[in-house]
Amino acid sequence: MPAVQETVAQVKKIDVDQYKYGFETDIEMVKAPKGLNEDIVRFISEKKAEPAWMLEWRLDAYRRWRAMTEPTWAKISYPKIDFEDLYYYAAPKNSEGPKSLADVDPELLKMYERLGVPLQEQEILAGVKSDKPRVAVDAVFDSVSVVTTFKDELAKAGVIFCSISEALREHGDLVRKYLGSVVPQSDNYYAALNSAVFSDGSFVYVPEGVRCPMELSTYFRINERETGQFERTLIIAEKGSYVSYLEGCTAPMRDENQLHAAVVELIALDDAEIKYSTVQNWYPGDKNGKGGIYNFVTKRGDCRGRNSKISWTQVETGSAITWKYPSCILRGDNSRGEFYSIAVSNGYQQVDSGTKMIHLGKNTSSRIISKGIAAGYSQNTYRGLVSAHRKATGARNFTACDSLLIGDKCGAHTVPYIEAKNSSAHFEHEATTSKISDDMLFYCQQRGLSEEEAVALVVNGFVRDVLQQLPMEFLAETQKLIGISLEGSVG
Amino acid sequence: MLEIKNLHVKLADEDKVILKGLTLTVPKGEVHAIMGPNGSGKSTLAYVLAGREGYEVTDGDILWNGESIIEMEPDERAAKGVFLAFQYPMEIPGVAGLTFLRTATNAVRKKRELTEMTTPEFMKFVKEKAAKLNIDFEMLKRPVNVGFSGGEKKRSEILQMAMLEPTLCVLDETDSGLDIDALKVVSDGVNALRGPDRAMLVITHYQRLLNHIVPDKVHVLADGRIQKTGGKELALELEKSGYAEFTGKAA
Ligand SMILES: Nc1ncnc2c1ncn2[C@@H]1O[C@H](COP(=O)(O)OP(=O)(O)OP(=O)(O)O)[C@@H](O)[C@H]1O
Ligand SMILES: [Mg+2]
Repeated sequence: MPAVQETVAQVKKIDVDQYKYGFETDIEMVKAPKGLNEDIVRFISEKKAEPAWMLEWRLDAYRRWRAMTEPTWAKISYPKIDFEDLYYYAAPKNSEGPKSLADVDPELLKMYERLGVPLQEQEILAGVKSDKPRVAVDAVFDSVSVVTTFKDELAKAGVIFCSISEALREHGDLVRKYLGSVVPQSDNYYAALNSAVFSDGSFVYVPEGVRCPMELSTYFRINERETGQFERTLIIAEKGSYVSYLEGCTAPMRDENQLHAAVVELIALDDAEIKYSTVQNWYPGDKNGKGGIYNFVTKRGDCRGRNSKISWTQVETGSAITWKYPSCILRGDNSRGEFYSIAVSNGYQQVDSGTKMIHLGKNTSSRIISKGIAAGYSQNTYRGLVSAHRKATGARNFTACDSLLIGDKCGAHTVPYIEAKNSSAHFEHEATTSKISDDMLFYCQQRGLSEEEAVALVVNGFVRDVLQQLPMEFLAETQKLIGISLEGSVG
Repeated sequence: MLEIKNLHVKLADEDKVILKGLTLTVPKGEVHAIMGPNGSGKSTLAYVLAGREGYEVTDGDILWNGESIIEMEPDERAAKGVFLAFQYPMEIPGVAGLTFLRTATNAVRKKRELTEMTTPEFMKFVKEKAAKLNIDFEMLKRPVNVGFSGGEKKRSEILQMAMLEPTLCVLDETDSGLDIDALKVVSDGVNALRGPDRAMLVITHYQRLLNHIVPDKVHVLADGRIQKTGGKELALELEKSGYAEFTGKAA
């Protein structure tokens, strides 16, 4: 029996439970009562000591959300979510107040150490752990940011990197100017929900002409049961500035499904560049498809200025359901948008992901490279839109979508939409679907690799051009992660 | 010592029987050549030795150093020293030759309970072997076999063989597609690996190769069995008379 056929039988034994970030942390929590109403929105805003305009903004979003219905166009299926049966706010006790590493609950620090997230700023600064890359981290635990490292050092360069709650208190005018300017409150169902109840997330402001001196990253962790995580990230790159930002995420293993609905807004002004990378490794559910995170995310970048550039790189290996389309609005003339994606699905995972490139300015260009890898019983869909506005003369796009199937119980789908309202637009689209071949695996095994090593090698080769887009600091870890996600995918 | 005893092989998914009682022994230190008409089962034998799926051993056994290997996974066999230079090497897009060689070398070393090679050790080793086989080092930075010419693929197979230090080498038509100079280089590479601890099985259609890699024995495989065994001179005879005598038997 060829290996690929055997997969059908073997897949039943898939051990997605090897998820190594699945432990729970015992921390005393402060929670809002279950369910969602205006009082909960007020509770959240008050907990965060937000300015009055913010509460009004949230309430406005809440009322719009109430009038909307859940979208159904994606190729995903899941039982109806009971939005009244969730907690919308959960924070570790004593997490409010000044945040330096010294104030953080030692249990939490231990957890981040187990997750491999570098929070030991002192040691890194003192050069004790000089082999570790210097990365500034904002650590978000359930609904709140517990600590942000390297803040002082970044401040010297004029870069603001803090939690969005802190930004609302300390840099209210900046937040007010940009929040919702890329993803309006009523953009879509999940974005509206997020706008009403978002709890925390990161805020980045890079002033004119500044090249951010280190990688910035946010680490999201869902810990509490029956709690939705709604984070909000806002990144502003002023004229001629540059910033590279990475988000990572994990969650404990639970039988129940947990909801995660984030909104990320990026704004790049003239000649600015934002590089946004994601390594998404939320708990995918067990081998029977029980549990796992529902990941409904709205990410959008606005290339507002001339010659600006926004590049999204994502490695999606986790979540039971992924609904995510990081997009670029190419408003400024000569602006450029890029989307590099690796989406790995195994077990019963469902991925519906892709991008939108909206060409509005003149001579704008975009590039989309998507690699989908489906194994087990998973469904993996690329959904993308490339559009050129009437005035977007000289718009160019190149899209390449490659899918790789492992076994024959999974599916890969490509749904590209192209709209050119301008005859000078030049759009190219390529798509391939291939199966991982028995011959290729046999060749590798003949050279001494185990079947799993062979799959990992072949898949890493398949995604190579996207992997190269990731910041160096995260490359090796990501390659390993892709291997782990596919463990058990062949016989 | 390689002992193939009364080997019967059919396709797993079809009724087609390919090997029908093949018996063959290759002692360590010897090189044996296998010749035979197209479609006679030479590559099948090579694949079955290496453990490829899709074939079913219905009778007989294969012993390597006294141990039956027919139930082993291909990578276990590789760890035991089995190496197959493919008639048609596979392309692996996106995986650089060096990455592949390094992964394979260390995988095999680990299974043989040897320490993994460090980067400098590996680089030194691979540079040395590549130079001997006239392989441009730049070529190893390209994805495995992708866009390689026929001859380049064959040379790269022999480089892998040299890196993995196998004890049972099966070469399936490694000479086809090689130009005259490359044939010499590849033969030198193979000869360099000859030694008292290695057994080699060389599948070829051309006696020319056997001028370079002089075999201890030549076997004729036709109709799923070894029909005749002789010395080097048998290859010359076949060159003249062809396989009519053996295929006639089959009819
Ligand atoms: N996987 C397979 N599926 C179908 N037929 C096969 C398969 N493998 C081998 N065969 C058939 O078995 C017979 C032996 O094939 P094999 O490749 O072993 O021959 P060979 O002696 O190596 O030939 P050549 O000299 O042309 O390389 C052929 O008829 C071939 O078509
Ligand atoms: Mg053959």
